[in-house]
Amino acid sequence: MKQKALKWFLMLAITASAQAETVFVTLEKDNALAVVDPIEGKLIKTVSVGQRPRGIFVSPDNKFLYIATSDENTIKIIDATTFKELGKLPSGKDPETFALNPAGDRLYVSNEDDSLVTVIDVAKKKVLKQIKVGVEPEGITVSPDNKWLISVSETTNMVHWINTKTNTIEANTLVDPRPRAASFTADSQQLWVTSEMAGTLMILDSQTKQIIKTISFDVQGVTRDKIQPVGVVIDKERNRAYVALGPANRVAVVNAKTFEVEKVLLVGQRVWNLAFSPDQKRLYTTNGTSNDISLIDLDTQTVTKSVGVGTYPWGVAVKP
Amino acid sequence: MRLAKVPYSIPAIILLLTQCVNLSFTQAAPKQTINIAYLTQEQVIPAPLSNLDPFVKDKGVIGAELGIDDDNTTGEFTGQQFNLKKFIVHLDGNVVDTFTKEISPHFQYVVVNLPAQPLNQLADLPAAKPLLLFDVGTRDDALRNEECRRNVLHILPSRAMRADALAQYMMKKRWTQWFLVVGPNPEDRLYAEAIKRAAKRFGMKIVAEKAWEHTYDARRTVQSDVAVFTQTDDPYDVLVVADEKGQFGEYLDYRTWIPRPVMGTQGLIATPWHKTHEQWGAVQIQHRFLEKAGRWMEEEDYGAYLAVRAVGEAATRTQSHEPKSVKDYLFSEAFALNGYTGTPLSFRSWDNQLRQPVLLAAPRSLVAVAPIDGFLHPKTELDTLGYDQPESHCHWDK
Repeated sequence: MKQKALKWFLMLAITASAQAETVFVTLEKDNALAVVDPIEGKLIKTVSVGQRPRGIFVSPDNKFLYIATSDENTIKIIDATTFKELGKLPSGKDPETFALNPAGDRLYVSNEDDSLVTVIDVAKKKVLKQIKVGVEPEGITVSPDNKWLISVSETTNMVHWINTKTNTIEANTLVDPRPRAASFTADSQQLWVTSEMAGTLMILDSQTKQIIKTISFDVQGVTRDKIQPVGVVIDKERNRAYVALGPANRVAVVNAKTFEVEKVLLVGQRVWNLAFSPDQKRLYTTNGTSNDISLIDLDTQTVTKSVGVGTYPWGVAVKP
Repeated sequence: MRLAKVPYSIPAIILLLTQCVNLSFTQAAPKQTINIAYLTQEQVIPAPLSNLDPFVKDKGVIGAELGIDDDNTTGEFTGQQFNLKKFIVHLDGNVVDTFTKEISPHFQYVVVNLPAQPLNQLADLPAAKPLLLFDVGTRDDALRNEECRRNVLHILPSRAMRADALAQYMMKKRWTQWFLVVGPNPEDRLYAEAIKRAAKRFGMKIVAEKAWEHTYDARRTVQSDVAVFTQTDDPYDVLVVADEKGQFGEYLDYRTWIPRPVMGTQGLIATPWHKTHEQWGAVQIQHRFLEKAGRWMEEEDYGAYLAVRAVGEAATRTQSHEPKSVKDYLFSEAFALNGYTGTPLSFRSWDNQLRQPVLLAAPRSLVAVAPIDGFLHPKTELDTLGYDQPESHCHWDK
């Protein structure tokens, strides 16, 4: 009887935690996916997903995970509840970062070694087009209004503005050296781009394609060359943006209206990617070399916990 | 610059003036041409130490080619065309002739892969004064100190930078007692001097020093030679070898009298680039180079790549092909070159040395990247390597 009760209790516990949001973290060197309950601040389990997993997305209906397994040259479709592999997408060589359009039917992949962006029809699992971009394309994103696909090339130092209807480049903006990540504001009016080498964050106007503001960061006790911005996210109301500062081990809080840096938060080592909770009350960071993720409460703007997840946490995605 | 292009260069200048801070390109702008020369001389092929590493004849040149490819990808979008012309002077040829007749009248940027003496001979030519020479062949500290030239920028780390990188790591490991073995060549003595300077700077002690006078043939006597040679009265932690040509250094490991690791020019080496390096996007450039060259990238290739990229980066940002504006940009705060080593690269204003991390590598493993954590500097930790501003003997007389 006791055992039965325990089983019941365990099942209840599992369903309860399944109802809360779940954070998924790709572990580049463990070839695995970490599943984290961020409310409890606990690693629930680790699942093998394939060689060198990096970029990760949750499908708009929350049913699937898309994970780029770079060394297998594919993007896997994985059931978001059972973690069974459901299929593969033809991503081109060495996929790292990728983006989904708002409808979830197009997936765009950066092929770093070939200087290409691959456009994939998700339903048909077919390549529609490969677009030639600058050397070492990295950051990639689609505007929420589905007008622009942005590809950022690290060595060419360019933001490429690709028309999503024609899949052709319409404009290019020269940005600071080694641009890494790009994110649109929810209204699609601004594109925020980080530069790893210059240590800056640039805000581009989607109409003019020009840089309207360049922000640099100062962190006490950290030399300038350690400040290497990578991931950037902006909240829906465009009140605040959060920038991962790489080996400076900090996340910067930027006022998205005045462009002032309000605060820097100490997180784990070599922080690179960021994701909001669905209600945007929390922020999750992957800390590449300290093998953990940091949980940040955005109401108080404090780091509440770090959770060890495995070797080289890379990408992060959240399922409600 | 062909004549047909001239009428288009005027709108290009207007574009430049209006967009010098904010560059967005919606259509192909008229082309501006930037010409870069690559100059080297054939070398006598040295006797092989073993069959493992074939002699690489084209060190440097393929790096420059990869750099031009990358410059032109940006150029496609910014309306600039970068051209590379290679001048490989014959073994018996005269580099000064090639320079004055074929290079200086047509090129403003020259990537030079030559030893110290001919490099400065070129730099001192009146025709070279308005040019920018990028030295990708030397590591001499003298060229960055007493013998410095305004028109020469040094891409590879100096011997002092390399020795400091090793010393920082040894300090971290607390392997403070060194036994120094010096080869017979002048460059071996220069390397040994850098090692001694680093030892003093970081509080290491050279407990013994010996000159290698034995054979360069592994088959016969090395086994007994090294064991006898490495006996000393003073205990030591590491054997430091100065053998830049690689004539005997590889024989030391596993043959010493007492078990001690080897570092210096063999064993654990200090280098700007290594095939074991894969962090910070290095995997990407390693792949691209390997695909292009069919071999690993050597440090001269890396140097030439960085030199060509530096010109490209400055020309793109300033939208100019003039050496004056390019040099101003290279020495400005804004210049931050990606060298795939985790820290932006820039030039030291006091000696024209490229400021950069130094990799510490074993043959099949990257051991550490200097500056080692904990070695602090008020401006940039990269300046803990080599001659910092107050220590520099460069006075720009020439």
